[in-house]
Amino acid sequence: MGILEVQNVNKSFGGLKALQNVNLSVEEGTIHAIIGPNGAGKSTLLNCFVGKLMPDTGSVLFNGQSLLGKKPYDINQMGVSRVFQTPEIFGDLTVLENVLIPCFAKRDGTFRMHAIETVEDEVDIREKAEKMLIDVDMADNMQMTASSLSRGDKRRLEMAMCLSQDPQLLLLDEPTAGMARADTNNTIGLLARIQERRHITMAIIEHDMHVVFSLAQKISVLAQGTVIVEDLPENIKGHPKVKEAYLGEAAE
Amino acid sequence: MLGLNKKDSKFLIIVILLTLSTPFVMQPFSEASALSQFNGGYPDLMQRVAIFGIFAIGFNILFGLTGYLSFGHAAFLGVGSYSAVWMFKLLSMNIIPGIVLAVIMSGIFALLIGYVSLRRSGIYFSILTLAFAQMSYNLAYSVLTPITNGETGLQVRPSDVRLLDGANAPDYPNLFGWTMSTSYKWEVWGHLFTFNVGFYVCAFIAICAFYLSLRIFRSPFGLMLRAVKSNQNRMSYTGLNPRPYTLAAFVISGMYAGLAGGLLASMDPLAGAERMQWTVGGEVVVMTILGGAGTLLGPVLGAGAIKYLENIFSKINENILHGWFDFLPEGMENFFVWLFARFTGDGWHLTLGLLFMMVVIFLPGGLMEGADRIRKRFGRKSDDNSPSNPAE
Repeated sequence: MGILEVQNVNKSFGGLKALQNVNLSVEEGTIHAIIGPNGAGKSTLLNCFVGKLMPDTGSVLFNGQSLLGKKPYDINQMGVSRVFQTPEIFGDLTVLENVLIPCFAKRDGTFRMHAIETVEDEVDIREKAEKMLIDVDMADNMQMTASSLSRGDKRRLEMAMCLSQDPQLLLLDEPTAGMARADTNNTIGLLARIQERRHITMAIIEHDMHVVFSLAQKISVLAQGTVIVEDLPENIKGHPKVKEAYLGEAAE
Repeated sequence: MLGLNKKDSKFLIIVILLTLSTPFVMQPFSEASALSQFNGGYPDLMQRVAIFGIFAIGFNILFGLTGYLSFGHAAFLGVGSYSAVWMFKLLSMNIIPGIVLAVIMSGIFALLIGYVSLRRSGIYFSILTLAFAQMSYNLAYSVLTPITNGETGLQVRPSDVRLLDGANAPDYPNLFGWTMSTSYKWEVWGHLFTFNVGFYVCAFIAICAFYLSLRIFRSPFGLMLRAVKSNQNRMSYTGLNPRPYTLAAFVISGMYAGLAGGLLASMDPLAGAERMQWTVGGEVVVMTILGGAGTLLGPVLGAGAIKYLENIFSKINENILHGWFDFLPEGMENFFVWLFARFTGDGWHLTLGLLFMMVVIFLPGGLMEGADRIRKRFGRKSDDNSPSNPAE
């Protein structure tokens, strides 16, 4: 059984059936890509994992525990981190503070009132955050305000924030959207390195086939709200159903 | 010192020295000179500066750190005042029980109001707090007359119970026998300096309040509050629940307001409903923004500036203006007197409004930004002005 088990998930918005009987299984320690044409329901599916959307029927199990009806912060505390399509960071704070916050969250839970000790005195947390930033080559920018980073750096910062929590499952929503080729390759390198070093399970939603085929160990193809194929990368490329979904041959 | 790093300790010492020296700093002109009207009134004004400083420091913990703009903090000020006066009536004229109850009651009130208001953010939150403040005002004014004594206001009377006070306890608010209105006078070089017990009590509590806010600013809790302001979405996907953090900030700032209210009642044992008017809550918003929201010292500066200017401007009446312009031909004199009279005396709020607009337009960061710009202009670039310390 996989670390993330999605069974028979249905979700409609009014008359639109966004997800129909979606089944998905993400194996521990692998990178699992979810691809599909625009409007296939990829983001809807991801939002069902993190507590943003509630499926109409079906179940989402993480390590055997249901994620449905839980709040995003509780799901994160269970070990699921998420990287957004447009980087969600704390723009007004420094790069270092951005990483300190998830470190505190990991140690102290959803709420803790520690107003007396100073951030400076929390040596362990600071060391952990600084090490994380060195890991993603951002040590020089620690005191910069996060909003002044370049887009690629913002994304790297967001990944550092997620990774500093040692998640069991990392969800990435189009991690290379809008990036130049060089940045895309950097991101691929970074993700591959993370996976190799930390064995974090990842589920990636991606448009860019170059990224998908460089990283994924397994691919699910989503079209019109259903998973049409789930297979190894080498079997996906020439698959007739996938071609059909992308190129629109022989409409049903 | 006191768990602060070197820079913050230095900062705190400067604040303490400034506070303790206000009786000198704010009275630069000798009593006899023509300029004495520019002296800060003492001790009343100084007390008010310290008290509104506390109010603004607390307000800044909510508004400056989390970005939630409350227009309802006057309610907590009022609750604090009523609680304190009730303690004076029932227990003792010693201010300590009064102030303790003021803080506790306003904390409970803030918890209730905050719990409801914080279900919304942005403008809706502001409107909700405003509505609660007006409700409290109206309750205090009419419905709750048995507790608040309505229009007349709650006062202490010789017939009060005062369980803990002996027969010869002072009839005024006091701290173990030192009444708040006692002043010691000291004359040097033609200057008359007054040392007022009430002011030093307020100043001591204000310094403690400032120290506490400094600790909160530097703590992980303070970091989380800034995270609330920056990106709540990221916060919840990082495993943090923003709601209890904002509620805690709301309650803390409500307690600061209650403390200020209790002190107001201690300086003058009277609590009226007008203290709960939304204009009072609006005033603390103006103070915080004028001084610099989100900075440590800004709100105190804002409170000081407004209270000082208010004192001066409202003292200038038409007679004084005639004195200033009597060198002009009569028609001109009358014109200038008429013009300036709009901005002084009762027209002081017009001046305040203009000042506020100027600051918001030209110095969005408030007086603290102005101070920063001046410091940069004179080349003394502060060495570690890292963005991680938005204070000073």
